[in-house]
Amino acid sequence: MNFLLLLPILIPLSAAAVSLLAWRRGPVQRRLGLLGTSALFVAGAALLLHVRSHGIQAVQIGSWPAPYGITLVADLFAAIMVLVAGFMGLLIAVYSCGSIDARREQFGYYPLLHILLAGVCGAFLTGDLFNLYVWFEVMLIASFVLLSLGGERAQLEGAIKYVTLNLISSALFLTAVAIVYGATGTLNLADLHAKIQGLPRGIALLPAMLFLVAFGIKAAIFPLFFWLPASYHTPPVAVSALFAALLTKVGVYALVRMFTLLFAEDAWTFNLLLAISALTMVTGVLGAIAQNEVRRLLSFHIISQIGYMVMGLALFGLASDGPAAVLALAATIFYIVHNIVAKTNLFLVSGIAARLRGTYELPNLGGLYSDRPGLAFLFLISALSLAGLPPLSGFFAKLSLIQAGLRLQQYEIVAVALAVSLLTLLSMTKIWTGAFWKPAPGGNGAGDSAISPGRYGLLLAPVIVLAAAAVILGLGAGPFFDLSVRAAEQLHDPTEYLRAVLGDLK
Amino acid sequence: MTTVILRTAARYLLPLMLLFSVFLVLRGHHEPGGGFVGGLVASSSVILYALASGVRDAAHLLRTDPRMLIGAGLLLALASGLLSFFGGQPFMTGQWVSLVLPGMGEIHVGTPLVFDVGVYLVVLGTVLTIILSLLEQ
Repeated sequence: MNFLLLLPILIPLSAAAVSLLAWRRGPVQRRLGLLGTSALFVAGAALLLHVRSHGIQAVQIGSWPAPYGITLVADLFAAIMVLVAGFMGLLIAVYSCGSIDARREQFGYYPLLHILLAGVCGAFLTGDLFNLYVWFEVMLIASFVLLSLGGERAQLEGAIKYVTLNLISSALFLTAVAIVYGATGTLNLADLHAKIQGLPRGIALLPAMLFLVAFGIKAAIFPLFFWLPASYHTPPVAVSALFAALLTKVGVYALVRMFTLLFAEDAWTFNLLLAISALTMVTGVLGAIAQNEVRRLLSFHIISQIGYMVMGLALFGLASDGPAAVLALAATIFYIVHNIVAKTNLFLVSGIAARLRGTYELPNLGGLYSDRPGLAFLFLISALSLAGLPPLSGFFAKLSLIQAGLRLQQYEIVAVALAVSLLTLLSMTKIWTGAFWKPAPGGNGAGDSAISPGRYGLLLAPVIVLAAAAVILGLGAGPFFDLSVRAAEQLHDPTEYLRAVLGDLK
Repeated sequence: MTTVILRTAARYLLPLMLLFSVFLVLRGHHEPGGGFVGGLVASSSVILYALASGVRDAAHLLRTDPRMLIGAGLLLALASGLLSFFGGQPFMTGQWVSLVLPGMGEIHVGTPLVFDVGVYLVVLGTVLTIILSLLEQ
């Protein structure tokens, strides 16, 4: 079944190639956008089902055997992430059909969307350090263009910061790859697992810290997050939502992969990660409260939420017994999925609100509750889910993280996580009162209240699906959490991963 | 920029450089060369022509939008990797055939060459998309 493992990369790449051939034809590109992302979603689901029933899958590209060639590996964590990427790609493609203007379409919006998805899925599936770098670059270059596409002044300003910081991060990543290769002579992750442990601590710590900074910039952890709120609010909201859903999470995914498979031994690193996670949560949420522009507010929230994911990873490393480590990591995986669902939806709702009112500034928004009560309700579901109210998905994500923290007697981080939850609720209330509850301020007619029902439907459909997903993830948390636990077990004990990649070499 | 000397030289250099780019692609499997440099050399030949005779003439010379080349190249490269599925082998496993050509002896042709041609087209298309749109400004 090695074909299944390749589909998440081949589908978006072929979709990109075919949409390039249909360069000037907008309707064809839109249809290809929907078709390609639906196919990716289906392929992701098939891959997850296959991995769930048949264990970890691996393919040696070009038949070059494991430590020498490039290996693609799908464990449960990777398969879950691929499925979520396909799901988000599909919803964003639907939303884009209703919101992306003809000019951006003409300059290659849809091919770039596919290439971005190919990069993201490639990064999730690769089992090779240098190949991971390549997929990161594919993803980043597509994101550079998507961010600056349209060439508005604010966009270019945001893009310059984004590109600069990400290039620095890539340089650090590449340096770390070179050091690892120099020290061990291999770049295959499974092969590195044993070889890194044989290195002196000082030498192993150097690439570990470089990876922490490189992926930390991409994941937007404290104190490396400042590029994110400076750039995420500038492109069209479909692009912001896509970035918010996937890009930082690829950084988190890479951190989880590195610090569970390669550098899982050093308690010092995980203490550092724990401190970083607390600072990330706090600075992110404080930054969010200070904002008055909806997308900037939500951008700061991305950072704050990344803190929770890193918290689970740090607790995993500090746990002395297996079950606690698995619980912490499962909480992180569940949290990532929950956060993608909730946060993307908030961005999409903010886009609709801005479409109706012509602004993202809270003081100028208002009255949406009386105009569109359905939209207000959908916003409320995602906002409360993000804040962690039962019975929505965020509640179980946070509950499991806090359980893991309590079991490890890390009371400080538990206190921080709870306090930040409260502040998250406070800033969600700020959007709620500002945009939905208070009466519309007079004298702004810039909005597009007469949006056609068909177009409004295209914008609303993904929002409804995501709100439903937040409810389903919450009410039916049991099976989803069990899956996260199984994924975490695979990460905690990499024997199966090593066997899948290296075969009987071990 | 458009002087008689440059225009005349570009007209002679264009076929030579294109020929050299093909040579680089064919040489690339065992020796320095390959689709990437081949594509760069080919695109520099078109750019030289654009500098000498203008962007419109160069676009006319291409006969197609350079973006089409990116799409076609990408598809060709993917297709070369997919061929191995028919033999039940993993993606991108090289497939080879031996051809005996009269007067040239036996030559090996395989999917890595097709992949290289795909890379050649992608590089050519990408570089030309960038440079020609900059030249138009």
